[in-house]
Amino acid sequence: MEAIPLRQVEAPAITALVAEMCREANIYPGDEVAEALKKALTREESPAGREALRQLIENLEIARREQLPLCQDTGFAVFFVEWGQEVHLTGGSLQDAINEGVRRGYREGCLRKSVVADPLHRVNTGDNTPAVIHTALVPGDRIKITFAPKGGGSENMSALKMLRPSDGVEGVVDFVVRCVREAGPNPCPPIVVGVGLGGTFEQVAVIAKKALLRPLGRSHPDPYYAALEQKMLEKVNELGIGPQGFGGRITALAVHIETFPAHIASLPVAVNLNCHAARHAERIL
Amino acid sequence: MAIKHLHTPLTGDDLAGLKAGDSVRISGVIYTARDAAHKKLAALIAEGKPLPLDLKGQVIYYVGPCPAKPGRVIGSAGPTTSGRMDRYTPLMLEQGMKACIGKGLRSAAVKEALQKHRAVYLAAVGGAGALLSKRVLESEVIAYPELGAEAIRRLRVEDFPATVINDIYGNDLYEQGVRAYAREEKQSPEID
Repeated sequence: MEAIPLRQVEAPAITALVAEMCREANIYPGDEVAEALKKALTREESPAGREALRQLIENLEIARREQLPLCQDTGFAVFFVEWGQEVHLTGGSLQDAINEGVRRGYREGCLRKSVVADPLHRVNTGDNTPAVIHTALVPGDRIKITFAPKGGGSENMSALKMLRPSDGVEGVVDFVVRCVREAGPNPCPPIVVGVGLGGTFEQVAVIAKKALLRPLGRSHPDPYYAALEQKMLEKVNELGIGPQGFGGRITALAVHIETFPAHIASLPVAVNLNCHAARHAERIL
Repeated sequence: MAIKHLHTPLTGDDLAGLKAGDSVRISGVIYTARDAAHKKLAALIAEGKPLPLDLKGQVIYYVGPCPAKPGRVIGSAGPTTSGRMDRYTPLMLEQGMKACIGKGLRSAAVKEALQKHRAVYLAAVGGAGALLSKRVLESEVIAYPELGAEAIRRLRVEDFPATVINDIYGNDLYEQGVRAYAREEKQSPEID
């Protein structure tokens, strides 16, 4: 049997790409974010809420023009890697290559180092490593790397609950709305709400985070879930929290749901909150 | 919406004129401190030792800025979540602090202490770090350089924008805002 030649990728190529993505995602979150904020401004009625939206819109312009991180919390470096199984990495491990890219990107980009080495001893690692890396082996010879820096303020207000199947869709909606209400002004509204549904305890949290990667303005491809996203968004915006919690109509810009099959006994739901800028960068190699 | 201009250090008259929901612009010196710096200050107070700064009439800004790009005063510098400082805030108020700037909910104990000491809680726009950094004219680390982003800095700011959340009269914009705009009938119980 003839061996299929593997595609070779050098670790330093991954490092360079990662460094670039770290700088890029932290400066500009994409046109769709600015568009969503401008649309929110046309609908917001509260004067203090409108002032907050105007500052956020101007902030995006300044960040882009002057190449500054849009927020000082440049986040925990989270990566989703889809690795084609026909690709062979040479010159180092994937983990080391990504961490070296984070080290370089955060240093060169003047990004804040926000990671402590131990959750209780709390000494800063000084280079924003280690990254959180979710890797999936996929068919083919391509590599897709998605970088999503995650700020602490909104991450802290996220929640997970193992509902009963009998709680049904009402139970899910109720949990999501309660989570946003209790978060109040803390996650820097207007927020993006990532909802994971199904899977296991750990899987539901990962898909809630993945839901945040979807660009604003795109609904779930399944009409049932697209309608559910819309319903949740309306309910969340009825809370009156408003931009920055100053009171108003726009508490969230979007609700994104991701699902996974569930155990016959379980209805896991995870809510991962994000500020207006669900920052991410993507590269295909 | 009228904008009120404040110059630090703040006086009793300045504070008496502020109401929850007011938009303010702050000019003058303010000090940065977040989690780690508060912990260190609280430890000094507990030991009866002098603090690296005099808090009387001062404003503390809860921020951990990005490193400054070459040629700039400071990196992006928006507010962090204030609730993590709740445990230390009454102590800072006892030391004479008259305002703190952050974002997000405060505890009942902090709100009580604000009223008792006739001080205010202000919010800057979370997520507007690039914009806010441009209102900082000077930045100097004055304590705990080893804490990096969490060091205490003396900032000179001009027209730094903020909103009054808790005034000295016991009003709370976060509560007023939700009351004014909520469209819900009933509150569900808390997440258990």
